[in-house]
Amino acid sequence: MRWIRKNLVGAIAVLVLIYLFIPIAVVIAFSFNQPDSKFNLSWNEFSLDAWSQLCGVPGVCSSFLTSVQIGLITTLIATVLGTMIAFALVRYRFRGRTSTNLLIFMPMATPEVVMGSSLLALFLNLRFPLGTVTVMIAHVMFIISFVVVAVKARLQGMDPRLEEAARDLYAGPAATFRHVTFPLVLPGIVGAALLGFSLSFDDFIISFFNAGTLVTFPIYIWGAAQRGIPPQVNALASLVFIAALAIVLGAQLVSWRRRRALASR
Amino acid sequence: MAPVLPVASVAPAPLEGQKRSSRSVYLLLIPGLAWLAVFFVIPLLTLFMTSLQKESATKPGTYVFGIQVSNYVDALSEYWPQFVRSFVYAGLATLIALVIAYPLAYFIAFKAGSWRSLMLVLVVAPSFASFLLRTYAWKTILADEGPVTSTLNALHLLPDGRVLNTGIAVVAGLTYTFLPFMILPLYASLDRMDYRLIEAGGDLYASPVKVFSRVTWPLSMPGVVAGTLLTFIPAAGDFINAELLGSAKDRMIGNVIQTNFIEFRDYPTASALSFVLMAAILILVFGYIRRSGTEDLV
Amino acid sequence: MSQGGGPAKSDRRIEDLRLVSLTKQFGDHRAVDDLTITIPAGSFFALLGPSGCGKTTTLRMVAGLEEPTRGQVFIGEQDITRLRAFQRPVNTVFQSYALFPHLDVFENIAFGLRRRRVGNIDASVTQMLELVELGTLARRKPAQLSGGQQQRVAVARALINEPEVLLLDEPLGALDLKLRRQMQIELKRIQSEVGTTFVHVTHDQEEAMTMADTVAVMNAGRIEQLGHPADVYETPRTVFVANFLGQSNLIVGTRSSSGEMLEVLAHGVPFRMPESRNVAPGGGVVVGVRPEKMTVLDLADEQRIPTGHNSLRGTVTDVSYTGVSTQYLVETAWGQEVIAFEQNSIVGDRCAVGDPVVLHWAPEHTFGLDPAEGLSAGIDPSVLELESEVDA
Repeated sequence: MRWIRKNLVGAIAVLVLIYLFIPIAVVIAFSFNQPDSKFNLSWNEFSLDAWSQLCGVPGVCSSFLTSVQIGLITTLIATVLGTMIAFALVRYRFRGRTSTNLLIFMPMATPEVVMGSSLLALFLNLRFPLGTVTVMIAHVMFIISFVVVAVKARLQGMDPRLEEAARDLYAGPAATFRHVTFPLVLPGIVGAALLGFSLSFDDFIISFFNAGTLVTFPIYIWGAAQRGIPPQVNALASLVFIAALAIVLGAQLVSWRRRRALASR
Repeated sequence: MAPVLPVASVAPAPLEGQKRSSRSVYLLLIPGLAWLAVFFVIPLLTLFMTSLQKESATKPGTYVFGIQVSNYVDALSEYWPQFVRSFVYAGLATLIALVIAYPLAYFIAFKAGSWRSLMLVLVVAPSFASFLLRTYAWKTILADEGPVTSTLNALHLLPDGRVLNTGIAVVAGLTYTFLPFMILPLYASLDRMDYRLIEAGGDLYASPVKVFSRVTWPLSMPGVVAGTLLTFIPAAGDFINAELLGSAKDRMIGNVIQTNFIEFRDYPTASALSFVLMAAILILVFGYIRRSGTEDLV
Repeated sequence: MSQGGGPAKSDRRIEDLRLVSLTKQFGDHRAVDDLTITIPAGSFFALLGPSGCGKTTTLRMVAGLEEPTRGQVFIGEQDITRLRAFQRPVNTVFQSYALFPHLDVFENIAFGLRRRRVGNIDASVTQMLELVELGTLARRKPAQLSGGQQQRVAVARALINEPEVLLLDEPLGALDLKLRRQMQIELKRIQSEVGTTFVHVTHDQEEAMTMADTVAVMNAGRIEQLGHPADVYETPRTVFVANFLGQSNLIVGTRSSSGEMLEVLAHGVPFRMPESRNVAPGGGVVVGVRPEKMTVLDLADEQRIPTGHNSLRGTVTDVSYTGVSTQYLVETAWGQEVIAFEQNSIVGDRCAVGDPVVLHWAPEHTFGLDPAEGLSAGIDPSVLELESEVDA
């Protein structure tokens, strides 16, 4: 009984973590299911069909590819724009800081329904055709804020003396940036880019409003939810999950190993 | 006689606390901010304009520019139950999320030691899998014949005999979806706290409950507020959970906006509803800013 | 566009560093106030003062990391005031070392050479690594080094560029005592080997005095006194210097006679000192003497005081034995507490609390200061709060 009291917080913590992963487990498990009806909702029998014929169902792979392409382009643009803003906020003094902070924050605080529908209203009023371009515009719009937050955090953590040291050692402004600032801020930028990509890839609501006839992976899933989601979707999503998890755990492993190396000087 | 300094697009960092003042800062700011201005701010204005449009006399079913404020009155009088329901569901989900998330955040911040980074990865990891699929997975987990529902039924906890297609499922889904958004700000706030304050509290107050209520909880307030905002706001506007896990009785304002926009093409009504939702949230956010300023937002 | 700065290396003759009317204003606060000094070429110069006195700001202005509000910086005849930091033949060893965390030791040291596109980098860096005895650690990252090792990398990284002036901003502050002593000797050795002008900023007076050829004591943006460590210590010219450097007993009095020997009367007690050791302009004179110059005698032995010595009677209020010496607190007739240090070289009884004693010292060890400054300048404020105010 005392053991429970002492470790209550820990026990709850572990339970919550498990809770977070239950749906993931279901998603992955059901990629190995052979559904007896169109709706992959109850377990029927084990099958590797979905994995062996990943693109067997029409629309699955094409929507997946679409999402990847959009994700890459969107991430590139948003990361560049967001990084520039982060530098401006951290390194410069300027009028209109408050408005800038507010403008950056608002998209993170606005419900996706409102952002999606308002953009749709704009495109409709301008009679701008809905499709890839509108989806990409929308994605860049809401990803910029996240990039700013991520890069800003990294920049603020950087010792300003390092750049002074560079200047002291004969590095002009461009050389200082190239050899000191950029390498040190790069991990933050990469992290922001990864975050941006996952936000774009997984976005549904805003894309749904602005895609017109374009089908991204989440839009495909939504449509399929009414008709029955094929297990191939589960398989692809599991792949993405595992890949992303591998990248993040890999990064953790690298920094953990680095810390071990430091400890044993 | 001021020296002419070379202006680079990214100037070297000045001393901490002193920021550089230069024209080139606008070069950095304008592209990104312009994008936001054009594709975030202006659409909101467009939304407002659309909400005031009236039905075209010549082509019924389409809308033209007008100032029909009655759109708002009509929309609200028809859909106020969904509004209320949205805030209730989102509020419940936020509260439950807070209760569940706090112990986890506390554990990671103070008790996890070297496991901390791994645990944070585990908190964020589920977000790597499509959230539509994860929500859909709850349909399986909470199925009528499934283990969860059967157990709850055996304990006579369910008034309707089912979980799926009720408000319970929707709230549960909302809680699950936005849980990481509550955990991370809480963790960040707790992590910043000096643990010795809690130890000092343990010294002064006899019971752990008192230490929590007098020391830990008040100091973690910024995290609590941030987490609450980041959870409540998207939850209030969500329609996925209601669509997949609820019945027609559980429709939230997000569903209404979506169907009005996409199916009915009743743009004025949908826009009006959107705008009211946005306004309600803006009030919340400004309340927060008045207390804490904007520097910590971003 | 050339990315590298750096001086022309045509002549290696080291020049004097001159600061002319150097001033730095931060809003209302004047950090450096009209500073004019010449730091001789090849010397080890210490800028000493409490935190906030402007010494670091001065250093940064010489490095080019801070722009002066007014004034100029010269190396020899060359005015470098308008040059950016990366264009000056000056390098800095930072307080926190500021080693580049993403580069290894080798690349850190090579950084300046690479920016200046100097040839033969490998050989130069290897040589420098040997000079600071870090040869085996060339490929480690800064995070894998101890504090002392990091410090040596910082010094190597700066020195390898053969600057006209090397600036050191409290570089030994983060090291523990033993290591600090070691590094002080190291730095002194390196400086005499290399011959570069070193400007060392510190708040540690012992460090300044042991390492430097010239010490400048700085207070509130101004230089109070500048000179050889022994001169500044033995003959302080201001109350600040008397209190900041070591400790001093200060007694307020009035001039009572002049000539080669000045006589001052304080509370009825006469004190004599050579006129040359007095800087008080008018009739009021603060008589000063350092505690270690005083000898403590039982009052009964008063006649043993050598002729010409200054003497002061009092009662012992505290005795502290510190191994090397014994510190006495003696209360004078008028209630002022005076400190005296005696080396424990006498075998026999020390005085005890309550004993009536007489303190004596040579007039050549006395100095005279301007009373206008007050008596507490240079004393750590937190110490002042604990001590009782001295009647000024």
